[in-house]
Amino acid sequence: MHKASVLERTLRGIALTLVIFFFMFPIFWIFLMSFQTNETILRVPPSMIFEPTLTNYRSLISGTLEGSTATLEIRFMSNLYNSLFLSVTSVTVGLLLGVPAAYAFAKLKFRGSEDIAFTLLSFRFAPPLLVLLPLTIYFQKIGLADTYLGLIWVYQLIVLPLILWIVRGYFEDIPSDIEYAHRIAGHGFWSTFTKIALPLAGPGIAAAGLLAFIFAWNNFIFALVLASADKQPVTVGALAFITASGINYGQIAAGIMLSIAPTFALALYAQRYLVEGLSLGAVKG
Amino acid sequence: MSLSLTDIRKSFKDDTVLDGVSLEVPTGKTLVLFGPSGAGKTVLLRLIAGVIEPDAGVVEIAGRNMSGVEPEDRGIGMAFQNFALFPHMSALDNIASPLTAQKQSKSAIQSGVQSLARLLKIEHVLGHKPKELSNGQKQRTALARALAGKPEVLLLDDPLRNVDAKLRFEMRLELPRLIKDQNATVIYVTQDYKEAMAFGDEIAVINDGRIQQIGTPEQVYLTPANTDIARLFGDPVINLLEVTPQMGASGPFVAVSDQPVPLPASHSGDIDRPCILGLRPEALSFASPETPGTIPMTVETEAPLNEKTVTLAVTARGREIMLSRPAGTPGPRSGPAHMVINASAALLFDRATGELIQGTTDAQAQGKVA
Repeated sequence: MHKASVLERTLRGIALTLVIFFFMFPIFWIFLMSFQTNETILRVPPSMIFEPTLTNYRSLISGTLEGSTATLEIRFMSNLYNSLFLSVTSVTVGLLLGVPAAYAFAKLKFRGSEDIAFTLLSFRFAPPLLVLLPLTIYFQKIGLADTYLGLIWVYQLIVLPLILWIVRGYFEDIPSDIEYAHRIAGHGFWSTFTKIALPLAGPGIAAAGLLAFIFAWNNFIFALVLASADKQPVTVGALAFITASGINYGQIAAGIMLSIAPTFALALYAQRYLVEGLSLGAVKG
Repeated sequence: MSLSLTDIRKSFKDDTVLDGVSLEVPTGKTLVLFGPSGAGKTVLLRLIAGVIEPDAGVVEIAGRNMSGVEPEDRGIGMAFQNFALFPHMSALDNIASPLTAQKQSKSAIQSGVQSLARLLKIEHVLGHKPKELSNGQKQRTALARALAGKPEVLLLDDPLRNVDAKLRFEMRLELPRLIKDQNATVIYVTQDYKEAMAFGDEIAVINDGRIQQIGTPEQVYLTPANTDIARLFGDPVINLLEVTPQMGASGPFVAVSDQPVPLPASHSGDIDRPCILGLRPEALSFASPETPGTIPMTVETEAPLNEKTVTLAVTARGREIMLSRPAGTPGPRSGPAHMVINASAALLFDRATGELIQGTTDAQAQGKVA
């Protein structure tokens, strides 16, 4: 390892700052917007100096949108709750189904395993709109339209292939000898799966779960078509901010802040595990 | 518990790894499985451990057919060449693994691990994760884990391969005693003939998925079944010279640099057969030119090893020959010299097949192992 010169470190610092500024500024700007009224947001030239107000957040939480001409009922908080519920449940179901399946695909090469795994991945190739129409008809026939169960089911199309393929790779990286050693030491198949394979693939499972959560959270089209107002997640619910009487930029900004908060917090939290997992170098023994 | 393999076959896709392997290891004995890499040694161990199933053939432990018996139910301890420690567990938990599987009490596990750790001198690193251990400590941890469950069959897959020379030397001295103390039936895999000679009650030489020879270390060293085994066993490597036996007044002989080397009378039937003469470097010694039957040669170079000195020389016909003598004994460093051959230690192989031609063996029984 060579020591970076002062020039090199300075340049690297500048480059990093630019990249961070480029990606983080829009979020920072929205953060500022969420504390402003429409008047201060829309003034020309824009300025960072304003008197912060909590009205945007207050009206979102109370559920009444004060427009310039009328008062509008919105269900932002219940949308947020829907998002949270749908994403958490979908990812949980996805992990429960996907992780054992990934293990089977990785370690127990059975006839047709590659084909099945590929078929599952191919769900991600098809544009959602392609399956939506038949799906809607089926769901209405069997009574799954506009139910949480139906939505979670459909969300598996997004979540399951992702989890399966990421986690499978991590399972494949575990040397078979380590699992053999555990079996020979006298532990059964299930114990080897839970005590050896799961902990060693832990970082991968965390990464897959996190990604799946973000994908589920960001999903728009399935929920738009299959869910009615009381089951809509924030992605669909945000449409309510575009009203006939204008667009409430401040409330949209506050809504964005609230809706990215869970994923943001989760990413910050799980990041530690991801870094730890990657630097573990564990599996090489 | 005795271990027996009968006609084991295993292929991966079109690649035949084991082609009809049969072995017997009596209770409490150590069999060394010796062979070059890719010979099928590791696959054979895995078949015995039950983590892979043979295509055909029977594995029996204590007379019980093991087909369909899960690895955890076979009562086996195994040390892997790459250690295969559980990376997320401390050394202590690694070693304790077979004991927890046996559902032993906390205190029994603790004392079991401690006594093994003391024996293997790893007490001070029990709390460390594998990545914090040196290779030597990893190797000892892996060994301790294999021994912890007091298995009746112990499989050791080249456990000294990945450790440094000093530790390998120490362990070569310690390990046989440690293994003996276990009273287990042991299969020890190695590519190192010295380990094979030191550890084995018997040695099975495996190559290309077949057992080529089974015998005591002395048998394998003194009467290798073919030129491959002769080459693998012994350091410096055996001299192999192309010869054709002839009949002389006093019986069959081969000529080395026009000097007759007598063969046992049993080789009378091998006259004019293309052969290879195997001469261990220690069967050759320097002699004064006046001694009858000496072979002239030119000494090229000399390499002192710790316990012996090896000389590379060239005969008048330009054939390279290695001689070995105990360190400290006098010998020429360079220039012309003469040697005599201990004809009773000569081995005769068929040139086409490389197989040992029986008949050379009788005189060997009294021969000395270097």
